[in-house]
Amino acid sequence: MVARKKKTDSAPAHPKERYLYWYELMLRIRRFEERALVMYGQQKIRGFCHVYIGQEAVAAGIESAIRREDCIVTAYRQHGTALGRGVTSREAMAELFGKATGIVKGKGGSMHFFSAKHRYFGGNGIVGAQIPIGTGIAFAEKYKGTDNLCVTMFGDGAARQGALHESFNMAMAWKLPVLYIVENNGYAMGTSVSRTSNVVELYKLGASYDMPSEPVDGMNPEAVHEAVSRAAEYIRAGNGPYFLEVRTYRYKGHSVSDPAKYRTKEEVEAYKERDPIKLIESIIRDKEIATEQELQAIRDLIKEEIDDCVRFAEESPWPDPSELYTDNYVQADYPFIRD
Amino acid sequence: MGRMLALRDALREAMSEEMRRDDTVFLMGEEVAEYNGAYKVSKGMLDEFGSKRVIDTPIAELGFAGIGVGAAMNGLRPIIEFMTWNFAVLAFDQIVNNAAKTLSQSAGQFKCPIVFRGPTGSAGQLAQQHSQTFESWMANVPGLKVISCVDPADAKGLLKSAIRDDDPVCVMESELLYGHTGEVPDGEYLVPIGVAAVRRHGTDVTLVSFNKMMLPTLEAADILASEGISAEVIDLRTIRPLDARTVIESVKKTNRIVVIDESWPFAGVSAEVAYVVQKHAFDYLDAPVTRINAADTSLGYAPTFVEEYLPNAGKIVRAVKEVMYMRY
Ligand SMILES: Cc1ncc(C[n+]2csc(CCOP(=O)(O)OP(=O)(O)O)c2C)c(N)n1
Ligand SMILES: [Mg+2]
Repeated sequence: MVARKKKTDSAPAHPKERYLYWYELMLRIRRFEERALVMYGQQKIRGFCHVYIGQEAVAAGIESAIRREDCIVTAYRQHGTALGRGVTSREAMAELFGKATGIVKGKGGSMHFFSAKHRYFGGNGIVGAQIPIGTGIAFAEKYKGTDNLCVTMFGDGAARQGALHESFNMAMAWKLPVLYIVENNGYAMGTSVSRTSNVVELYKLGASYDMPSEPVDGMNPEAVHEAVSRAAEYIRAGNGPYFLEVRTYRYKGHSVSDPAKYRTKEEVEAYKERDPIKLIESIIRDKEIATEQELQAIRDLIKEEIDDCVRFAEESPWPDPSELYTDNYVQADYPFIRD
Repeated sequence: MGRMLALRDALREAMSEEMRRDDTVFLMGEEVAEYNGAYKVSKGMLDEFGSKRVIDTPIAELGFAGIGVGAAMNGLRPIIEFMTWNFAVLAFDQIVNNAAKTLSQSAGQFKCPIVFRGPTGSAGQLAQQHSQTFESWMANVPGLKVISCVDPADAKGLLKSAIRDDDPVCVMESELLYGHTGEVPDGEYLVPIGVAAVRRHGTDVTLVSFNKMMLPTLEAADILASEGISAEVIDLRTIRPLDARTVIESVKKTNRIVVIDESWPFAGVSAEVAYVVQKHAFDYLDAPVTRINAADTSLGYAPTFVEEYLPNAGKIVRAVKEVMYMRY
C-alpha cells in the first residue's frame, strides 16, 4: 500500500513532451533575455528594455494550455510572450536591434512586437491599454462565431487603471471569451502592490463583477497550465470571462535603467530559490521523465539558437529611412505633409 | 550671482520653494515620492514635505488627474506629475473637459488652480507611443495655459508662476534634457507666463522654437553665423498665450522666419506662428514663412527613423538658406 502510494505520488502529472516543451521554451526565454541585457550594455539595443527573467513559467504554462488559434495581447514586458507564441529568436533579436528583419521591421523595438500569423496582438506601451483591447479581440471571436479565446495579460500596476473595471463589466455582461491574466510580479516600477490599494489579492478584483477568479502559482508551469486549461475550457463552453492572478516575480529591475533599490536581496533570492526552470529540471530528473542527454541536447540547441540570433541581428540591415512613411496609413498614396 | 543647475534640479527648486511658501500646494503622481521621481525631478521632496504633500499614486492617470481637479476646485493647489505626457492622454478628459472649463461652467464661482506637468517629445528610440509632443493639443483648448521651456532658469521661474497662477497650466518638460544645465539666479524670482525670450539677436532671419528644439536651433544659428548669416533666435517659452508681439517685431526687422517645432505639422504650433506672422507682418515678409517639424508620421524604433523624423541643425540651416534664396 505504502509503496503503491509512493509510486502514484512520483508519477509525473503531465506527458513527457509537455515537460520538455516547458523546459525548452523557458530556457529559450531566459537565455534570450540574458543576451538581450548584454547587447543592451553594448548599446546594440536602445530605448526601453523590460525583460521577462523570472516570469518564464507564465508564458510556458499559458502556451501549453491554449490553442495556436487563440489570441494573446499583453504589455511591453513581452519578449517572452512573443517567443511563446512562436516568434523566432531571430525575428525577436533583430527587432531589439532595430533591424529591417525584425518581427515588425525595426519599427517597434522591445515594447512592440506583433505577429498576425501567431495571433499575437502586440506588446502595448501604455499601461492597461491592452485590457479593453483584449476584450475587443474576444468580442470579435464571439461575433465571428469561433470558439477561440483571447488571453489578455497585464501587470499588477495595470490592474489599477480604470479600464480594467470597464472591461470586466462589459466582458461579463456580454459573456465574452476572454481570459484575463494579471502577472502579479509584486511591483509596478518601484511601487509594491501593497502601496497601490487596500486590495492586494488581485484576483479579488473579479468578485464585484461575479467573474470566476483565482490565484495561481506563477513560478510553476504545471500550476499555470492547469489553471489556464480549466479557465479555457470554461470560457470555450460559452460561460464568459475568467480571471487568473498569476503570482510571479521579475528578477531584474523594472527596465534596464532601474537599480531596483526598493526591494531586498533576500526577497529576490527567495524567489530565485523557486526558479521555474530549476523546478522543471528537477521534476524531470526526479521523476526520470527524460535523460540527462536529452536535457543537454535542449541546452545545446538553445545556446546555438541564441548565438545565431545575435549574429543574424548584427548582420541584418537597418530599415531604410523611407520606411518612416510606410504603414502609417493603409492607403498607399496618402498625401503626407512633406514641406 | 547664480549657480549652474540641471533642469530637473531647477524644477525641483520651483516646486519646493512654492510648497514652503504655500501649504495648499502638493505634488501627486506615479513614483514621485518613495522612488524620488521616475526622472528624479522630485528627489528628496518626500523627505522634506512628508507623505501628506508628496503623494505616490497607483497607475491611474484619469483618476488622479481628476482628484487634482476636485482638490483645486476645493481650495488646494495641486501639482500633478505625469511620468510623460504620453500617459496624460488618459487624463485628457479631466484636463480638457473639467480643468479647462470649470471657471466658465460655474460662471466664475469655481476656479481650478492646478499644474499638470511632465516631459513631452521624443527621447531617443522609444517608438510610437512614447515619442509624442503635446503642446499643440493642449494649446488648442481655451481655459488652459501651456508652458514648454527647457532653459533651467526660465523653467524654474515659469513653474513658480504656474503654481501661483489661478488658472490651470500645462507644463511641458523634456526627458532628454532633465540633465541640461544652465545658470540659475539665486534667490526668489518669477518668469511671467506669456512672454517669449530672445536668445540671440540677429538681423537676417528669425528662428522661432521652444523646448528641446532650442538646441538644434541655436546650433544652426552658430553654423549660420560662421557663414555670415545673422539669425535672431526666439524661445517661445510659453505656447499659450502665444507671445505673438515678440515674433512679429523680430520679423519686421529680419523679414524672414523659420519655425522649428517638434510637433507634427498639421495644425501644430508652427502653423499658429505662421498664421500670426502672415496676418500681422505680411508686408514685411521677403519669403514665405517656413517651418521644420517632426515628420508627419508615427515614430518607429530604429535609429534611421529617429534621424529622419526629427528636426536637426542641418535641416534648419537648409530651410534658412531657402528663405534667403541662397544655394545650399
Ligand atoms: C498609462 C501609462 N502610465 C505610466 C506608464 C509608465 N510605466 C511603464 S511601466 C510602468 C509600471 C507597470 O507595472 P506593471 O503593470 O506591474 O507591469 P510590470 O512592469 O511589472 O510587468 C509604468 C508606471 C505607462 N507606460 N503608461
Ligand atoms: Mg508588476
